[in-house]
Amino acid sequence: MQTMIVILALTGLALIGYMTGRGRSLVLARGVTPLHSLPSYHGLYVAFWVGIPALLVLVLWLVIEPRIIEWIVLDGLPSGTVDGLAADRVGLLLNDIRNTASGNIASQKDNPVIEAAATQLNNLRAIGFVLMAVSCAIAGTGGLVLAQRRIAPGLRARNSVERTIHIILILSSMIAILTTVGIVLSLVFESWRFFTKVPIWDFLFGLDWSPQTALRADQVGSSGAFGAVPLIAGTMLITFIAMMVAAPVGLMSAIYMAEYADPRFRAVAKPMLEILAGIPTVVYGFFAALTVAPAIRGWGESIGLSVSSESALAAGVVMGIMIIPFVSSLSDDVINAVPQSLRDGSYALGATRSETITSVIIPAALPGIVGAVLLAVSRAIGETMIVVMAAGLAANLTINPLEAVTTVTVQIVTLLVGDQEFDSAKTLSAFALGLMLFVITLALNVIALYVVRKYREKYD
Amino acid sequence: MMSNTTQATAAAPAAAPIHSVDEPRGGDPRPATATAVKIKARDVNVYYGDKHALKHVDLDINENEVTALIGPSGCGKSTFLRCLNRMNDVIDSCRVVGDITLDEADIYDPSLDVVQLRARVGMVFQKPNPFPKSIYDNVAYGPRIHGLAHNKADIDDIVRQSLERAGLLKEVHDRLDQPGTGLSGGQQQRLCIARAIAVNPEVILMDEPCSALDPIATARIEELIDELRENFTIVIVTHSMQQAARVSQRTAFFHLGDLVEVGNTEQIFTNPKDSRTQGYITGRFG
Repeated sequence: MQTMIVILALTGLALIGYMTGRGRSLVLARGVTPLHSLPSYHGLYVAFWVGIPALLVLVLWLVIEPRIIEWIVLDGLPSGTVDGLAADRVGLLLNDIRNTASGNIASQKDNPVIEAAATQLNNLRAIGFVLMAVSCAIAGTGGLVLAQRRIAPGLRARNSVERTIHIILILSSMIAILTTVGIVLSLVFESWRFFTKVPIWDFLFGLDWSPQTALRADQVGSSGAFGAVPLIAGTMLITFIAMMVAAPVGLMSAIYMAEYADPRFRAVAKPMLEILAGIPTVVYGFFAALTVAPAIRGWGESIGLSVSSESALAAGVVMGIMIIPFVSSLSDDVINAVPQSLRDGSYALGATRSETITSVIIPAALPGIVGAVLLAVSRAIGETMIVVMAAGLAANLTINPLEAVTTVTVQIVTLLVGDQEFDSAKTLSAFALGLMLFVITLALNVIALYVVRKYREKYD
Repeated sequence: MMSNTTQATAAAPAAAPIHSVDEPRGGDPRPATATAVKIKARDVNVYYGDKHALKHVDLDINENEVTALIGPSGCGKSTFLRCLNRMNDVIDSCRVVGDITLDEADIYDPSLDVVQLRARVGMVFQKPNPFPKSIYDNVAYGPRIHGLAHNKADIDDIVRQSLERAGLLKEVHDRLDQPGTGLSGGQQQRLCIARAIAVNPEVILMDEPCSALDPIATARIEELIDELRENFTIVIVTHSMQQAARVSQRTAFFHLGDLVEVGNTEQIFTNPKDSRTQGYITGRFG
C-alpha cells in the first residue's frame, strides 16, 4: 500500500516531467535553430529520466531493505538468543517477530524479547519507508532537473527515447522467457531429487504405478511403485481416442467451412464452433462423467460387453469433441491461405470441387494441417479436468478402451491434492511426471513447427 | 506498358506492316478468313452484383485462329474471357445473361456439364499457378481426373507430348519429379500451358499470360502461341498492343464494358473504324 503511494507519486512526477520537457522544447522551437526531435519526444525524454532512475531505486530498495532490517533486528536481540540455532529455527524466530509486529497470531505470544524486537521492527519499517520515499523523490527530481538542463534544439531526444523503448521491450520479453526457464529448472531439480530416491529406469520402464508409501518407518504398508508406463499408456490411449474423433471431424468441418459453406452460414456457424472452445473443461468433465460414461456403459451392457463406469472411451470421446475447434479453426485458416489461383487452375482444367480439394488444396495445406493436429495432440496430452472426472484413477496397463485407465495429469493432481510432505518420493514423483509431460509436449511442438516450416510452400 | 504504347503510336499512323519480315511467321500462308466459327457470343451481359460489367457483347471466335481481346483495365475483356469456360461461376455475385455457343451448343445450358466444358475449353492465367506438386504430376493432373489414360505408359506419353508441345521438355526432361513451383516464371507459365494442353482441349483461353514475365520469356510464349494455333483455337487477353499485333489474327477492342470494334488485327491496328479504338491504340488513353 505504501509502495503504491510512492509509485503514484512517481507517475505524477513523470507526467510533470513530460509537460515541462515538452513546454521547454516548444519555447526553444520559437528560436532560430530548428529542433532535432519533436516536442513530445523531449517530453518523453524528461519523463523517462524522472521515472526510470527512481523506479530502479524503488526496486532495489524493496529487495534489499527487508534483509537489512532483519539483520538489524536479529543483531539487536539479547545476546545468546540466536547463537547455536539452526538456520530454520532462526527463520521461525523471525517469523514470530514479523507476525507479532503486524498483529497476527504468533507462537510465542508473551515473550518480552519478541515483543521488543517486534516494536523495533515496526520502527525500522517506518523509518525505511520515509527513507525510501525521500530517496525516490531525490532520484526523480534529480532526473527532472538534469534532463531539463539537457534539453536543447540539438538534443537527440528521439533517438534516446527509441533506444529506451527498445530496452523496455526486451526486458518484457525476457520476463516471459525467464519465467519459462525458471519453471523448467524447478521441474528438473525436483525431479532430480525424486530420481535419487527412485532409479530413473524404474520410473521410465516400470510397469507398476502405486505411489502409496508408508509414512512412518514402523508402519505396515506398501513401499510404493513408480513405474510410469501405465500412465503413459493411459495418456496415449485417451489421446488416440480423442484424435480419432477430433482429427476427421475437425478437418472435414474445416473443409466445409472453407470451401463449401455459404458466407451467411459460415458467419453463424464459425463463431458457434468456436464457442465449443470457450466451454470450461470442467463442464466437459462432468458431461463426460455423468452423461457419456453411463451411456456408453449402458450400450455396452446391452450388447453384452463389460464396460467399467469410468472408461477411457468416454473421456477420450469427450476430449475429442473439446479439441474439434482447435483442429477445425487452425485447418480452416490454413485452407483459406491456399491461394485462389490454385483453385482457379484446377477448376479451369475441369476438376470438380472435391477433386480440387483432395488433389490440390489438401496437399498444399497439408503442412499446416499436420501442425494443427500435432498442436491438438499436445493439448490432449496436457488436458486434465476431463480425465480427472471421467477416466478414473486405476493405473491399468491396457489398450481396451472400455476399461478405466489413468493419465499422467490425473496422477499429478491426485499426488498433490491434500496435505503433503515435500520430501517423500510420492510427492516428488509429481515433478518427475510433470517433467516427462513437458518433454513430450515440447517434442511434439518442435516436430509440428519443423513439419510446418519444412514443407511450407512459398506463395507470394 | 509505356514503351508498348509509344511504339504503337509510332507505328499506327504510318500504317506500318504489323507482321514485319523478320518475324518467324511473317510469310504465313494460312488465310485468316476461311475458318469456321468456333464460339459464338450473342448479346452477352455480365453483372457483378448491381454493376453492369459487360454490355450486349456479340463476338465470334474463329477456329484455329488467335483472337486478341484488348482494352483499358476494367473494360470487361477478362470478364468476357471467363464467360467462355464458365469460370465466372466461381464468383458468387456474378451473373451472366445471353447466349454463348461452342460448336453451336449453348454452354450455359443447365444440362451441360461444366466439367466437360472446361475439359474442352482450357485456360492459362495471368500469374503462373503451378500446383505444389512435381512437374510430372502438374501435367498429369488433367488427364488423370478426366480418365484420359488407362495405364502409366499412356500418362507418360501425354506428359512428354504436352511438355514437348509447350516447348518445355528439353529444359525439364531430367527433373520431372521436382516441384513445379521451383521453375522460373517463364518456365512455370509454359508448364501451365502444358497442363492445359494435356487435357487436349479445343479452345485455350489466356488471360494476360505474359504480364508477369520478362521480355525473353514473353517472346518464347508468343512463339508458342503461334505454334499452338495449328491445333487449338486461342483467345488471349493482353495489355500489350504489340503482343496483340504480333500473335493474333483477329482483335476485339473493349471499352467500359462495350465491345467497340472487332476485325482483322491488321485492319484494327492500321485502319480502325471507331475513334475510341484509334485513341486507344495510338496511346491517347488506356
